Amino acid sequence: MPDVTKTKAGTDTGVDAGPLQAAADAVLAPGAVSQGKPRSLWGDAWYELRHRPLFWVSAVLLVLLLAIAAFPGLFTGANPRDGDLTNHFLTKPELTHFFQADWFGYDGQGRSIYARVIYGTRASIMVGVGVTVVVTLVGGLLGMVAGYFGGWIDSIVSRIVDIFFGLPFLLGSMVVLNAFTERKVYVVIAALAFLGWTTIARVMRSSVITAKQADYVTAARALGAGTGRILFRHVLPNALAPTIVVATIALGAYISAEATLSFLGLGLADPTISWGIDISDAKDAIRDNPHVMLFPAGMLSLTVFAFITLGDAVRDALDPKLR
Amino acid sequence: MGRYVARRLLQMIPVFIGTTLIIFLMVHVLPGDPIRAMWGDKAADPAQVASLRHEFGLDQPLWKQYIDYMADLFQGDFGKTFGGRPVSEEMGMAFPVTLRLAAVALTIEIIIGIGLGAWAGLKAGRAVDTGVLIFTLIVISMPVFVLGYLARFIFADELGWLPPNVQDSMDLQQLLLPGFVLAMLSMAYVARLTRTTFAENLRADYMRTALAKGLPRRRIVGVHLLRNSLIPVVTFLGTDVGALVGGAVVTEGIFNVQGVGNLLFKALGQREGTTIVGVVTIFVLVILLINLLVDLLYAVLDPRIRYA
Amino acid sequence: MTTIEKTADGAVREGAGDDGTPLLEVRDLHVEFHTRDGVAKAVNGVNYSVRAGETLAVLGESGSGKSVTAQAIMGILDMPPGKIPQGQILFRGEDMLTMAAEERRKIRGRKIAMIFQDALSALNPVLSVGYQLGEMFRVHQGLSKKEAKAKAIELMDRVRIPAARERVSDYPHQFSGGMRQRIMIAMAMALEPDLIIADEPTTALDVTVQAQVMDLLAELQREYHMGLILITHDLGVVADVADKIAVMYAGRIVETAPVHELYKRPAHPYTRGLLDSIPRLDRKGQELYAIKGLPPNLLKIPSGCAFNPRCPKAEDICRTDVPALVPVTEQDGTELPGRGSACHFWKETLHG
Repeated sequence: MPDVTKTKAGTDTGVDAGPLQAAADAVLAPGAVSQGKPRSLWGDAWYELRHRPLFWVSAVLLVLLLAIAAFPGLFTGANPRDGDLTNHFLTKPELTHFFQADWFGYDGQGRSIYARVIYGTRASIMVGVGVTVVVTLVGGLLGMVAGYFGGWIDSIVSRIVDIFFGLPFLLGSMVVLNAFTERKVYVVIAALAFLGWTTIARVMRSSVITAKQADYVTAARALGAGTGRILFRHVLPNALAPTIVVATIALGAYISAEATLSFLGLGLADPTISWGIDISDAKDAIRDNPHVMLFPAGMLSLTVFAFITLGDAVRDALDPKLR
Repeated sequence: MGRYVARRLLQMIPVFIGTTLIIFLMVHVLPGDPIRAMWGDKAADPAQVASLRHEFGLDQPLWKQYIDYMADLFQGDFGKTFGGRPVSEEMGMAFPVTLRLAAVALTIEIIIGIGLGAWAGLKAGRAVDTGVLIFTLIVISMPVFVLGYLARFIFADELGWLPPNVQDSMDLQQLLLPGFVLAMLSMAYVARLTRTTFAENLRADYMRTALAKGLPRRRIVGVHLLRNSLIPVVTFLGTDVGALVGGAVVTEGIFNVQGVGNLLFKALGQREGTTIVGVVTIFVLVILLINLLVDLLYAVLDPRIRYA
Repeated sequence: MTTIEKTADGAVREGAGDDGTPLLEVRDLHVEFHTRDGVAKAVNGVNYSVRAGETLAVLGESGSGKSVTAQAIMGILDMPPGKIPQGQILFRGEDMLTMAAEERRKIRGRKIAMIFQDALSALNPVLSVGYQLGEMFRVHQGLSKKEAKAKAIELMDRVRIPAARERVSDYPHQFSGGMRQRIMIAMAMALEPDLIIADEPTTALDVTVQAQVMDLLAELQREYHMGLILITHDLGVVADVADKIAVMYAGRIVETAPVHELYKRPAHPYTRGLLDSIPRLDRKGQELYAIKGLPPNLLKIPSGCAFNPRCPKAEDICRTDVPALVPVTEQDGTELPGRGSACHFWKETLHG
């Protein structure tokens, strides 16, 4: 879409959009962050955040999930890989047995669903965070360079972005992952990042372009500030907000994508414990034993919810226009 | 306008080549040999393997394979499956099914998504708004396969309202459930986007003018607000095709829809490169064309846009 | 409290004071906004009135409540957060604040119309100007699309937009600022309303275009014999077109006067300050006067006279007692028709 020029009168909504980014746009009103108010942007945002119940809900959930991912042994004594077909085949949950092995019942291989739900957290969080970190670094850097320097650098980066963007995210990852026989966590991270970086690159590029045209940047340049100083002191801090919002929301989407791929048998594989695999294993039992699917599915949704809601709250807080 | 379209089409060529090249490489660079895999665990006859390799052009260098493939493609030849059927024939059967499913999903997405979003946007800050917000958050949090099995379990298995599998894709009722599942995620995004633009445009100066003109509320909302608010929604719908395609693979699997998603999934399992590349190529083409269409539509909806 | 027109000399103009009831009368109007940081009192007891054919200029800085009053009259205030706790707005003797919403809507556009400051944002960007003009006729008079378009072209001719027929399908952004404001005016004039409220109609325009637009507005007002409320912060605009002036500060009217008298002899230190801060040729080389300080924070309006922290003449009483808008007189007690001041020291200001 680079040729769509708007007349002066137009509002600046013509940022390139793609599925994930459009999703973020759905959320990120155009020109999300504008000039400062008496309170600083971040100070103001923090004030807003503190007054949002959804922010606290997601924050508490996230802390809990991170703790589970880091120290699963603290939350359950049961071994997620111990199967006992004779005694525990598809046992129904005992909802009053808090934190015990049979709390959520047993799956078709006689394994504790509670333990598997707890131990499955790590893979999901690792993939989500891993992809987000890689994507933010690679996409952010490329987007920043393209946006700031413009010209042929921008043309090249933009064309590469266009090419990768033409591939549907989930579909593309299926094809990429299908090429690997041993699908460890880092392979899944690499595959998702391979196709996911364009979203961040586009967001970063357009916000850098907006930020570099700001009067204070012109002023800084007039005062003789060097490229590095302008880029890191003036442009980046002001272009960061949309990127952070998109990255947070995307993190939830990456977790969702990992689970979907694992569910299809194209993502993580045994012996890695992943909710997606467990849900896939449960699909034949769903009619009579819905609990086998319900608990991993619920935990997965809760995790995605926590990240998306956090991104949402941060976006609202950073966007003075929506108040 | 004509020149703009021509230029856009021209620009699509490198993107198209780049994208197909990536897919082609992904499919063919992979370790493992699909021909040998046809024999499974049994020992294969090396001569037979070699002749099959030659037949599918797999003994050529990769760049040659790609060029040959593209050359055939421009003549409408998508190559043959391992089973010997032309890929174009397989796709010809599967695509209409997926198209119908996508049409059902898109309709649901537009009607419910825009409806919900408009409702929330008009009542921004009130209970309805919060309700819609939380509803969309929950929908977005549920991966499509969770949603799919949940919907199938509740509406087909337990309540028996709708059939769990799609036997005949011409039957709208059978497509309703998978269509809903496929639509849900995008519907939530459409609702949120509509809500945001509605709430934002509600405060625009021209809305105040419309009010000062003494227009009835119906007209203020239905003409002045809607026309302005739909612009970003249309853009989103266009860019969302990619997500719809990914979701179709999962949804078609759950509801046993014999569409392209299913075709692709099977091809992935059999590592049948020709079909994979063919299907993805078509998808890429569709996405590129729809993006162009949306850009053109954008100009119709927003007269401030000019094409240079 | 005096209402302005009680003795307005504008009333002498032919045909103006038909049955004695003014066209529009605002009585003790209060408007407040409930925000996160507290209640902002935007309008605190405003009284004014306009007769047919008369032009009232409402003068004041931004935040003085002049636009909010206008929006309250139009019924286009955002409520919430806005609220009208008290007051009346009488149109031809009927209180519009107690009217049914539908009845009120029928007055808007048809009887009272408004011209906004920034025509670019006030016109809908995605609808052609012809559509937006024609809408007035389609909604209020039930005309067909085709008839409405013909009317729209007629209107555009009326406000002297060149090549109206060709440009009727153009969009707002395709017009220049001055032309856009003409379209805005045309839209307000469409149904020949009794009263027009113009909210800073020329502020966004180039100086050269300002005069043309103002002349057009004045001409049309004379022709249709409409009442006009002209809201502005520009004293220069006012002098030529207004009959009487109301000066607003912090949501109150601090001075009212027939236009030329106000320029000659202001009776409020704020008005004096405003007049002194106009650059004048005969004072070339001297430092330009400026009212010190900032407009008051509407969340915390100073006690007593709201202007007291900025007033060069403030005494103790100004910090404690709110001055009422009282009629002012000559030194010998002769009435000065139409004049009023809300200053404890109006005598000193006027005669000193």
